[in-house]
Amino acid sequence: MRVLLAILSVFINPQFYKIALTVATPLMFASLGGVFSETTGVVNIALEGIILMGSFTSVVFTYLTGNVWFGVLMAVVSGIILALLHAWGSIKWSGNQIVLGTAITLLAQGLTGFLMEPIFGQPGQTDFIGKIDEITIPGLVEVPFIGQVLGEISPFVYIAFGCVAFGWWLIYKTKLGLRMRAVGENPEAADTLGINVYAIRYFGVIMSGVFASLAGAYLSVGEIGQFKELMSGGRGFIGLAAMIVGNWNPVGAMLASLFFGFFGAFSNQLQSLQEIQVAANVKSLFDTIPFILTIVVVAGVVGRSRGPAADGVPYEKHD
Amino acid sequence: MKKMIESIAVPVIAVVIALVISALVILAIGKNPIEAYGSLIHGAFGNQQAIIDTLIKSTPLILTGLAVGFGFRAGVFNIGAEGQMGIGALAAATFASNFGGLPPAIAIPLTMLIGMVAGAGWAAIAGFLKAKTGAHEVVTTIMLNSITTYIASFMVTGPLATGYGSPKSPEISTSAQLPILMRVGAMELSSGIVIAILAAVFMYVFLNKTTTGYEIKAVGFNPYAAEYGGISVSKNVILAMAISGALAGLAGVTELMGVHHRFLGELAGGKGFDGISIALIGQNNPIGIIFAAILIGALRTGSNEMQFMGVSKYIVMITQAIVIFLVAADRIVRAIYARKKVEA
Repeated sequence: MRVLLAILSVFINPQFYKIALTVATPLMFASLGGVFSETTGVVNIALEGIILMGSFTSVVFTYLTGNVWFGVLMAVVSGIILALLHAWGSIKWSGNQIVLGTAITLLAQGLTGFLMEPIFGQPGQTDFIGKIDEITIPGLVEVPFIGQVLGEISPFVYIAFGCVAFGWWLIYKTKLGLRMRAVGENPEAADTLGINVYAIRYFGVIMSGVFASLAGAYLSVGEIGQFKELMSGGRGFIGLAAMIVGNWNPVGAMLASLFFGFFGAFSNQLQSLQEIQVAANVKSLFDTIPFILTIVVVAGVVGRSRGPAADGVPYEKHD
Repeated sequence: MKKMIESIAVPVIAVVIALVISALVILAIGKNPIEAYGSLIHGAFGNQQAIIDTLIKSTPLILTGLAVGFGFRAGVFNIGAEGQMGIGALAAATFASNFGGLPPAIAIPLTMLIGMVAGAGWAAIAGFLKAKTGAHEVVTTIMLNSITTYIASFMVTGPLATGYGSPKSPEISTSAQLPILMRVGAMELSSGIVIAILAAVFMYVFLNKTTTGYEIKAVGFNPYAAEYGGISVSKNVILAMAISGALAGLAGVTELMGVHHRFLGELAGGKGFDGISIALIGQNNPIGIIFAAILIGALRTGSNEMQFMGVSKYIVMITQAIVIFLVAADRIVRAIYARKKVEA
């Protein structure tokens, strides 16, 4: 009973919802990136690597210039470069997109590991180099409960919601979005109508790089102010899972990310409860919750959720 | 014959291009790539001890390469060899410290079996979910990899904890350890390498000489046609994942029984992911995979020596990434190859 009450008490704590949002934020970026790429028909599992590269690049340029936002900007540039590489292999050369994505993730892991010593003089992780502070929303911060959740929080949380709204608008309310969807569903037909299939696909993949790199920048300069090796920690893949669960829709992917964030925060809070007296090593089993949940949810929804028809299929123009 | 030459040419050219690009990266940080590669080759093959070390490192890589390659032949991308390798070794380590009473003739195969069954079962989860619900094996096996890490850290700090030093399991019984083939200095080459080569033979025979192997290949080649021809796609997907996982599990137990003799946190340490590069370089062919595994094993071994000259061993990961990229988008390589031919 005491344990049950303690668990329930987690949910009335505004801090819990704030943590859930911060856990969800990188997933929102990553899943939105997945939506952009796959809507045009290119599977992008390079997201994991792009996130890692974004974390690293933002720390490097913050370290070199002292300007954190410049670091974020350069992270986006790094994301675009890796995304271009993925697009080039997938679109121009019709390579296996999943294997290419794996290669790019490995490239990011190799590059970040390789550059640690020359730039920071130490392997593994950097020192604290500076971070983007939480912003305080005047007025909102005084509102009970909600103010404690949203009144003082990383600006990335708001940027993430903004990006989702922008993504939804772009994909569903603009001509460009219509073309993206057409190219992902039926590239032959789109081509017949004079749409440049390759250009649209490049655009989708590049945008996925932009969003995934923001996820990376958030993890490093947005949250802890340092880079740690392999700090992306599978978020690219969980983001892809959120995209599938969200039925390849920016809003759906956002909701799925929030759902994952909620459980991530839950397992995180469970571990700090005094009332649950278990050995420290048992608490590490709680860390498996988000991953088990991802498997269960992906397996549970796949039959019902449907991706773009030409997703993952290279398009070759017939002259 | 022409086809065979081309299938060898693609990975070879890819490796050469990757080494050239990596050399430029080394140059970019102000080091001499020729010296760096020289020390890499010396570190991998420079003396008897180095060669033995390369073979020791190649042993699990042959097996994870076979695991991933077998998956590719069956049309599944088993990116979870890392986790299957870990769970196999972990399961075997859990039991094999109590096998002191058994003769090696029983303890060794039993330990191997436990590891293979654990790896197979772990992979079969992903196979089952793919077959029954359509959940993509890339997502599920990646998640299973993460879960494995946490389970392993739970086990070595909890039920299996030795209570001293870094978290690790107790040593497995001597009767469950693989016999040593050759000893040079501090290097011991276990008979794991023989097991790995036998596994390659098994994969060749299974895929080319048995009905089940034929069915698995048919499903990998074209699932719709296979289903139409009366082959159960879901049964074969699950089976293919299980066999792939068993091979990865075997990689884990050979490390356990032949090298470390206990479960350490970093036992898999990226070897499962290396299996992807190895399968691609080896073109999913068992013999090709053996050579590719020795190549990657040599890079890993040699990179330790290269590190002494200030070139981080991460350069090997960069090289591998470029190789994977070029083999996946093999038309890039074919285009270069075709141009070379025209010039010649």
